Amino acid sequence: MTEPLLRVRDLKTYFVTEQGRGTARAVDGVSFDLYPGETLGIVGESGCGKTVTSLSILRLIPEPPGHIRPGSLIEFEGRNLLALAPPDLRAIRGNQIAMVFQEPMTSLNPVFTVGDQIAEAAIIHQRLSRKAARARAIEMLTLVGLPDPAERVDHYPHQLSGGMRQRVMIAMALVCHPKVLIADEPTTALDVTIQAQILELLERLQAELGMAVLLITHDLGVVAGQADRVVVMYAGQVVETAPTTALFDGPLHPYTEGLMAAVPRIDAPKSRLQAIPGQVPAATAWPSGCRFHPRCPHAWTKCTIEEPPLLGDGDHTARCWLVQEPGRRKRQPETE
Amino acid sequence: MTAWLVRRVAASVAIVFAVITLTFFLMAVAPGEELLGPDERQVDPQVRAELRRQFGLDEGLLVRYVKYLRQLAHGNLGVSFALHRPVADALAEAIPNTLLLAGAALFIDFLLGLALGVYQALRVHRLPDVVLGNVTLFLYSVPTFWLGLILLLVFGAWLRWFPVAGMSDPILCPNVSSLYCTMDRLWHLALPALTLGFVGAAGTARFQRAAMLEVAAQDYIRTARAKGASERRVVLRHQLRNALLSFITLFGLAFPFLLTGAVLIETIFAWPGMGRLATDAILRRDFPVVNAAVLLASTLVVGGSLLADVLLAAADPRLRVRETA
Amino acid sequence: MTLHAWFALLTALVLSGWAVGALRRRTGRHEAGRRFFRHPTAGWGIGVLAFFVIVAVAAPLVTSFDPRDQIDIVHLKSQPPSWSNILGTDVYSRDLWSRVAFGARISLIVGALGMLVAVTLGTLVGAVAGYYRRWVDAVLMRGVDVGLALPRIFVLLMAVALFGRLPLAILVLVIGFTSWFGTSRLVRAEVLSVRERDFVAAARAVGAGPARVIFRHVLPNAAAPIIVSAALGIGNVLLLEAALSFLGIGVAPPAPSWGNMIADGAPYLASAPWTTLFPGLAIALVVMALNAVADALRDALDPRQEAM
Repeated sequence: MTEPLLRVRDLKTYFVTEQGRGTARAVDGVSFDLYPGETLGIVGESGCGKTVTSLSILRLIPEPPGHIRPGSLIEFEGRNLLALAPPDLRAIRGNQIAMVFQEPMTSLNPVFTVGDQIAEAAIIHQRLSRKAARARAIEMLTLVGLPDPAERVDHYPHQLSGGMRQRVMIAMALVCHPKVLIADEPTTALDVTIQAQILELLERLQAELGMAVLLITHDLGVVAGQADRVVVMYAGQVVETAPTTALFDGPLHPYTEGLMAAVPRIDAPKSRLQAIPGQVPAATAWPSGCRFHPRCPHAWTKCTIEEPPLLGDGDHTARCWLVQEPGRRKRQPETE
Repeated sequence: MTAWLVRRVAASVAIVFAVITLTFFLMAVAPGEELLGPDERQVDPQVRAELRRQFGLDEGLLVRYVKYLRQLAHGNLGVSFALHRPVADALAEAIPNTLLLAGAALFIDFLLGLALGVYQALRVHRLPDVVLGNVTLFLYSVPTFWLGLILLLVFGAWLRWFPVAGMSDPILCPNVSSLYCTMDRLWHLALPALTLGFVGAAGTARFQRAAMLEVAAQDYIRTARAKGASERRVVLRHQLRNALLSFITLFGLAFPFLLTGAVLIETIFAWPGMGRLATDAILRRDFPVVNAAVLLASTLVVGGSLLADVLLAAADPRLRVRETA
Repeated sequence: MTLHAWFALLTALVLSGWAVGALRRRTGRHEAGRRFFRHPTAGWGIGVLAFFVIVAVAAPLVTSFDPRDQIDIVHLKSQPPSWSNILGTDVYSRDLWSRVAFGARISLIVGALGMLVAVTLGTLVGAVAGYYRRWVDAVLMRGVDVGLALPRIFVLLMAVALFGRLPLAILVLVIGFTSWFGTSRLVRAEVLSVRERDFVAAARAVGAGPARVIFRHVLPNAAAPIIVSAALGIGNVLLLEAALSFLGIGVAPPAPSWGNMIADGAPYLASAPWTTLFPGLAIALVVMALNAVADALRDALDPRQEAM
């Protein structure tokens, strides 16, 4: 088994809220590995901590009010990113680990051309001249499939459509051929048809450039199509980890089951959508014991008291007592 | 783009025209006698009637208005009642002085204000920011003329670092522009320009601080960091460039402030500029001068705002190019 | 100063402090109130304003002299601050503290009323322009453009030149009539955005007339910039009144206003600087307080504005 490119161990990112309403423990002990060349999907509803996790890796969390707790470990190629001095961290950002954000319109600077913004990382890390950097920018625009790249390179973000802007963001991230690409909900802000194109693009680029991708999304469909392995997050924790096929064939955690049941299927007979009852709890007051227990159809006393660790064998683990005691699983009433 | 520019300039011209008309009619319909100063000497009615005829004040209102417009078109601003010389001449003497004062004040205002605002934003909520924030709050809240008086007292009378009145040494430098005289003029210019400049800078600093902080919260700043840019690059290239856009709008607002300030500061420092000319004329009911002064002031204000709009359109790519993908 | 004047003054200070505390407690439950007091200067601002208002209202109590009383023209003229005249005396041997305290009445009233006129006019024009749009908007806004093109001081100087020295009531009105342009633009912008919201459409669907829609539905939601504008407006009017009085065309002496006190003291700047210093300081303090409160209000009422 090869060494993981990125190792995250027990990551805790907390936020101080105003007026002493307590600390929001947005990420509360998250661990996962990312191997070279693979696509790891991180799935979860909004509020589960997946975006904060991704921002923590590159230490892009605003320092007040957020902070990464000591005891967290983020290792990239053996170096602890959390202990790096700022110049060393900057050398990795945009260069070895790059990030694509969710909202391409606000994430692009409106006063610089698209070409300037793509070239910036190359100028910073590879010290390319303006001319060489511009040529590289055109190269990248071609790579991401933007029509008329030689013309578009001098356009401003507001002159491009949503899908094109996201391509530009991807080009911007890839210009230094990073080993890891963190894509935070890259398609959420786009139309469905454009979504498919962007995902295809990411797949192609990954194959061509041989990089690892950390794909963060709330959309199970995206994960099913793109990811090799999946991490499911809930309430600031990892609740299930598995290779994609294993996850979809047999989810272990009731939350994952609930997520899948909530997705309408075009090939199944029409039935009522099964929503997961209840709401995501506030990060300032996670429930005791297993954090999912208030919404879980199978919960029993133990779940309210003791927080389960990740249980299971090999690559498929879940944070649920049912893994040890499958008999406790209640039979669900059949729906039509 | 050019269509917009044409429309904008036309609107500005229309506004100035409206101002001219408004002031003319206001002056013409007001009660009280023209030609009579505050002492209201009893002038022989026959002499008064003769003077009125001379100045064309006995003709109908609309006739006077049309005549006035025609005169303006020829660059003739009329003859001052009180000074007995063409208004244009009096103004031509006074305007450069006001422009000098306003220009120097503007320079200090923007330079200092920009630097302070950016510095404060970079040290936000820490001691330098808090201290400077209170200082700018104070300077922004004081009456400009009172500050002028205090500075005059401290630096002019007590410390004798600067002269207390006038534009230059009347004995040694009558219209001689040698190095000594230039220095002398700068020396005289210092206090009034600093007064106006400091108050303006306080406002600019507050505004610029807010603009920088607003930009700092934007997503694209996070993107710049994610690319591995150093803090210096993030601030100077990304933050500042965007914050400067809102700074340009300040440019348009600076003109009314400077003109108002000029009126008061010129009075205190005995600076022979447009403001003083206007105040004297108004108290003497010297209509042609008042008309011309108001016209000029409004033109400057409108011109300033037009300039700011043009600069903004040139600097902000979102306003510049109109095609979409 | 007499003993009971000292006592009254101390009471005024204590009352101001208490007022801040009371306000803080009463608004502590509201999100906006908490946000307001997060600014350290906001509390001070309210305190300073409370103090000056109390002094203005209770002016006879906190002073020992009549502001127009020339105490002793031979021995007490232009005296620096002392125990009996805590801010000194002016060139007519009038007690400066009394003049500042009574001057507060005039200056604050002119400020408040002038602002009221300006904000009312500005809100009306802005609301009508924003609500009706099209040609109404175009005409009104062109008018505003013309209004903004005329520097206020010139207009006011002109008014005085034309109509002679204006009585105080007229002066306040004229100040108000020349100060509403900025507010109208702000209000118009807010109204333009609020009118698109669903609850406005709902109100109109139920048959509410334009006046009702504007006053009961649109304006309360556009209140934030109006309130901030009002706070800043008082400060602006105060400064304007000071400038006018300084030029000799504002409040007529011997009635004390902070502006004409500066004018009185200016010729004696070098020999009796306190006569110019204290009135100006009073203006500066009040305007500072108003600006600080306006800043905090802007934050408190509009959560979209962060990190100011």
